[in-house]
Amino acid sequence: MKQFTVHRGVAAPLLRVNVDTDAIIPSREMKLVSKHGLGEGLFAGWRYTAPGGREPEPQFVLNRPEYSGASILLSGRNFGCGSSREHAVWALAEYGIRAIVAPSFGVIFQGNCERNGILPVVLEDAAVQALAAEVAPDPQRCQVEIDLQQQRVLSPAGHSYGFDIASSSRQMLLQGLDQIGSTLQRLDEIEAFERELRQRRPWLFEL
Amino acid sequence: MRVAGSTTAGNMTKTLFEKLWSDHEVARLEDGDSLVYIDRVFLHERTGSVALESLSSEGRVIRAPSRVFCSMDHIVDTLPGRGDETLVPNGKNFIQSTRQASRQAGIRLFDVNDSEQGIVHVVSPELGIVQPGCTLVCPDSHTCSQGALGALAWGIGSSQAEHAMATNTLVVKKPRTMRVTFNGQLPALVSAKDMILHLIARYTTAGGAGYAIEFAGEAVSALDVEARLTLCNMAVEFSAFTALIAPDEKVIDYLRGRTYAPGGANWEAAAAYWRSLHSDADASFDREIEVDCSQLAPFVSWGTSPQQACEVSGQVPVPDAGLEASDSTTLRKAFEYMDVQPGQALRELAIDGAFIGSCTNSRISDLREAAAILRGRQVASGVRAICVPGSQAVKREAEAEGLDQVFTAAGFEWREPGCSMCFYAGGEGFGAGQRVVSSTNRNFEGRQGPGVRSHLASPATVAASALAGRLADPREYLP
Repeated sequence: MKQFTVHRGVAAPLLRVNVDTDAIIPSREMKLVSKHGLGEGLFAGWRYTAPGGREPEPQFVLNRPEYSGASILLSGRNFGCGSSREHAVWALAEYGIRAIVAPSFGVIFQGNCERNGILPVVLEDAAVQALAAEVAPDPQRCQVEIDLQQQRVLSPAGHSYGFDIASSSRQMLLQGLDQIGSTLQRLDEIEAFERELRQRRPWLFEL
Repeated sequence: MRVAGSTTAGNMTKTLFEKLWSDHEVARLEDGDSLVYIDRVFLHERTGSVALESLSSEGRVIRAPSRVFCSMDHIVDTLPGRGDETLVPNGKNFIQSTRQASRQAGIRLFDVNDSEQGIVHVVSPELGIVQPGCTLVCPDSHTCSQGALGALAWGIGSSQAEHAMATNTLVVKKPRTMRVTFNGQLPALVSAKDMILHLIARYTTAGGAGYAIEFAGEAVSALDVEARLTLCNMAVEFSAFTALIAPDEKVIDYLRGRTYAPGGANWEAAAAYWRSLHSDADASFDREIEVDCSQLAPFVSWGTSPQQACEVSGQVPVPDAGLEASDSTTLRKAFEYMDVQPGQALRELAIDGAFIGSCTNSRISDLREAAAILRGRQVASGVRAICVPGSQAVKREAEAEGLDQVFTAAGFEWREPGCSMCFYAGGEGFGAGQRVVSSTNRNFEGRQGPGVRSHLASPATVAASALAGRLADPREYLP
């Protein structure tokens, strides 16, 4: 998994609430049994002029030249709500998004981000709006820096916003950790628990 | 702030959630995370296929394949006479690769036309795979439905599904606890769907964020198991970690004799344990909400988020002046997308489509509820109406009762089981600009097809609206 330590990049505002995973990657864009090939379908319903088409909708923020190469999204609360599809995160990652800054996230989506090297940053709405306002005059030059070590977002004008993140999530992102591998190191403990659970609740194991 | 699970007297009392959690907690990790034992994993061909392929390509082994299940529901066609071919672009690949990967992994697959096939959250309870007190995960956000039987069941991503299959555990942050008590008796033709839509409209889609929610109270006890599945189904639309309901005799009676329910001597031991699964009388929750059900009315959504909903007799709201920028943008986009005006009466909205199905409302009781309204009546002209039973078992039971005849005589299409048009995957959808009343769970932009305007409602409200050709109150059709 890709590590996340410090990232500086163009931040694009998508300032609406409840951006759902159907919007991030419509089901019709999930064409292969694969984690790859999804970047083109990112935000397809908003990004292209017609369903299934590839003609860019000029008004959509990621298509505007001033936001080209955006690697940070600024959005409203409950970003990534809805369907559990991890394809939403795979699509964001493949497009080049490294971090999303929003007041809150859909819980499954947030976990999916952390398992795929994308940093979900929780900042209050006023801070997100302020970042978007600072970026707006010249997004290519007015870039945003996110430092996971320091747990802070640095605005183009130098305002610093601290953010919280669970230390396990932080470690996973900083080290690009393989969680299955680290859990399997506890296999003895899991097996001992399982034997004991089987004694207590034998019916759970008899299918 | 109160600390859940403790009292001033010092003796530990526990909520139902805490009992299930501690029964499955393998280890406490740092920072509030726990390693939680997973009893059952359920997959489907949309997201499960990727998880199986990824596991196998990384050379990982499924620890307990006999406790992993998979059903074909998301992509499979629901048209009569279906096979592996689907209208979803490349859909056949998902179906065939899921079949092959399931065989290789040695997990139980409910294949396209098997007698046990159906929507995961319909099939799992009806086969007795989910049970009170078990942990069950599925890479599907509506897995919270299954908490209705007193299980700890929640939706995960594909990577977590791989983790669960490879280790029989997941690393999870312990959620806070909330109890939502539904008091009073539901009026006639007001259902579990109306209860959950009301809750989300009143407390917003963020209302349950960070919580495991126990639904309790007189009105919940009065619901049958299927209606409880509907209530818990939309906990994810409330942003909850999951929902659950204490198992009672209805649940135990429901499970008795089901294919994967405990048998023999295990049955009595299991049932005795299940009877102990309830929150202690003085257990404290991090948050409590009470809802009076005696005044509830049929609900319907008017916007593009489940919280944008009100009584079907109501109007599209007029926005407050003091809204934050992102909220007023969202509201304006919702009005625009849905082609509704602030202040407009919902019952004026003419519909083009009506859909009964999905993991929310496709069980036999849902079909009976709709059929009672449709019997002897005709769908309004110009309305395309579709009914998709949630499983083969539901379909068989409905046909044995003659419900299929009621639906088709009224002008509904009668389909094969699956998720169908709850979401659009590039195959079947309603057309752009069409207004659809739907017994499903999401009214997001484009959810049922590009440009489709979805109104969420109960099966009774969908049936009544199909007859009226506009959004309608099922009580207009009271027998």
